[in-house]
Amino acid sequence: MAVSTVRAPGRLPGAPPARRTMPRRVRLRRNLTVLSFIAPALVGLALFLGYPLLASVYFSFTKFDLVNPPEWVGLRNWAFLRDDPNVRTAAANTLWLVVVMVPARMLGAMCTGLLLARFRSGAGIYRTLFYLPALAPPVAATLAFVFMFKPGTGPVNTMLATVGIEGPLWFNSPEWAKPSLVLLALWGVGDLMIIFLAALLDVPKQLYEAAALDGANAWQQFRAVTLPAISPVLLFAAVTGVIQTLQYFTQAAVAASVASGQATTGGGISSTFGYPEKSTFTYPLWLYVAGFRYGALGYANVLAVVLFLVAIAVTAILLRRFRAFLGSDQ
Amino acid sequence: MFRSKATTALALAAVALAAATACTPSSPDKPVAPSAVEPSGSVELWHFFTDREEKAIETVIADFKAKYPKVDVVVKGGQDDTKMLQAIGAGQGPDVGLSYSTDVAGQLCNSGAWIDLKPYVDRDKVDVGRYPETVRSYTQFKGKRCAMPFLADAYGLYYNKAFFGEAGVTAPPKTLSELSDLAKRLTKRKPDGTIERAGFLPLAGFYENSPSHMYPMVGARWLKDDNTSAVGSDPAWQELLRWQKELVDWFGYDKLEKFRASLGDEWSADNAFHKGQVAMMIDGEFRIAFLRDQAKDVQFGTAPVPVTRAERYGAGYVTGNILGVSKTAKNPEAAWALVRYLSTDTAAIVKLANLIKNIPTTTEALASPGDLANDAEFKVFIDIFNNPHSVHMPSTAIGPALEETMSDFMVKWQSGSAKDLEAGLRQVDENIDKQLKLAS
Repeated sequence: MAVSTVRAPGRLPGAPPARRTMPRRVRLRRNLTVLSFIAPALVGLALFLGYPLLASVYFSFTKFDLVNPPEWVGLRNWAFLRDDPNVRTAAANTLWLVVVMVPARMLGAMCTGLLLARFRSGAGIYRTLFYLPALAPPVAATLAFVFMFKPGTGPVNTMLATVGIEGPLWFNSPEWAKPSLVLLALWGVGDLMIIFLAALLDVPKQLYEAAALDGANAWQQFRAVTLPAISPVLLFAAVTGVIQTLQYFTQAAVAASVASGQATTGGGISSTFGYPEKSTFTYPLWLYVAGFRYGALGYANVLAVVLFLVAIAVTAILLRRFRAFLGSDQ
Repeated sequence: MFRSKATTALALAAVALAAATACTPSSPDKPVAPSAVEPSGSVELWHFFTDREEKAIETVIADFKAKYPKVDVVVKGGQDDTKMLQAIGAGQGPDVGLSYSTDVAGQLCNSGAWIDLKPYVDRDKVDVGRYPETVRSYTQFKGKRCAMPFLADAYGLYYNKAFFGEAGVTAPPKTLSELSDLAKRLTKRKPDGTIERAGFLPLAGFYENSPSHMYPMVGARWLKDDNTSAVGSDPAWQELLRWQKELVDWFGYDKLEKFRASLGDEWSADNAFHKGQVAMMIDGEFRIAFLRDQAKDVQFGTAPVPVTRAERYGAGYVTGNILGVSKTAKNPEAAWALVRYLSTDTAAIVKLANLIKNIPTTTEALASPGDLANDAEFKVFIDIFNNPHSVHMPSTAIGPALEETMSDFMVKWQSGSAKDLEAGLRQVDENIDKQLKLAS
């Protein structure tokens, strides 16, 4: 492959780089120009990430109830983290969802994408059909899902019964509630599927042809051609999936409230969080309950800081693992 | 270079922390007028009622507007306590809040989200002695009167008279063992053993089966005199939980859960009692209005909850909706006028009680509750409310966490995942005490 070199205007071969000869004023002006372009993003980051993060760390050392000025209590909130029985349950549930739901969604999106990439006729219709559930608002989608899977009266168990299968209690069973949430996530996998589909359609055809000529079977082609080609999408799906699942809130809250049979307003929806038997009680739900239902905002900020640190750590680990998996050239 | 970067970072952090401190709520106390002034301006009221009950509120608010034509009341229904607290914390929210439960009175008072009404009460010479002792107690926290009573609720036993008639039962159960016996007699199972109708569904968490509604059956205590948890040391809790577990095991926990999962939402027309899927259940007096509105064919009776000791029969759990003026109220004088009207005007209280079918709170309204006095089923709840042994949840700074910590254990116990009752209750003690300490 021919490589062309573009020479900087007015710069002779062998001359020192232009940067060294650039006058101080010009350099300053250039830096200010760059800064002015990135200033809106910097201001946004400082206001909506830096400030809340530092404020959250500060509040975690205070007694704060939203109403009164925070009162410094040192490490009391952090010490409670060790004794808090709810945090263990909530963290275990969230970890389960991260371990099961994220790979399930990635696999579901990739398999659907692979399937849709093969369609020749009617591809647009199928792509639309598979994408549509992702457009449903999470609350409405969860409501519909819980009613569909309602034991005894829901259509899913009724259909299973017609073929002689006794359906489980789904959202009403501590064993099945989390898998039911995974099914809900798989139903709405269209958002991720569309990204996988774009990546799969982008894989050069000649690579498959070359692999086929070399005698590679379908699995070998997938392993040696498809996977490396879509690896940036895999990384994206893993990182965003983990972060989203660490913040999993709406579906767990709505499913618990509706399945408990107490979708009441007076006591607040948060009184039913975790139903059944705390099996859907995720970390962000506990953070919300501690802060806004029990009025322990200082402690809720401890939970928020821990969640942030875990998200950062998991992201860093994922990035490292992916680099190792893909090799240094990727 | 490093030092200058570190200094810059530290300076930025200090600025952010200063901003964090500056952006937290302050406490601007609004002065109380020395003498009663004619209220005027706009007042916003948030309440939790919806549908039929919301319309009843609007009727009484219209009466208030007729009495105080200079006050405009903006009413927002379907709000919950958590939302109200968040709004007040953000410097907004209602002028007047109507809370669902007395559980949060401690939280609202302790935090100052609702202002102390004593200056207004004293200035306008409002006689709080006209409320029963229970009501006076659940509307204050550590001597601070930050709430006034709206209407009250009392909890008792509902039973289906038709099912009782079929089984030849003539009177509701008065003891826990009678309740168990009747629950078993009235239960119907399908040939495969699944439950078709439960005589009584004993699962904690089912509709109104919460620890607070059940503990009056055994006369258990929540807190010791030193305000630490009494759950682990009071044998009455063990008595309640052993009775409940025995009944759950008779049904079979899995069968009960399967049956429960097939039932409709508590607040819908598909309520299991409306549909004849349970023969007896614990509920508040407000269920009467729902039954007459949504399940006209159901012949039901009401009674106090069964108890372990005869002298306690007739008592039950009482609670109430409470009113308060927000710390962020833009018009506290008009807000207080609305609170005073809704909590002291006997005609307004009786009218609301009859519309919503809740228990009125003043002694005058209790003595002459209008049409409610002629309603035999409702009178049972008025008697429960007036019973000296009736109880309400103690107010604490941790709000609903007190009951929910116990509720979590009850769910584990009934499912069998918690085996050691005594150790479990001691753990509940520990968890409650730690939360109380954190909030102290």
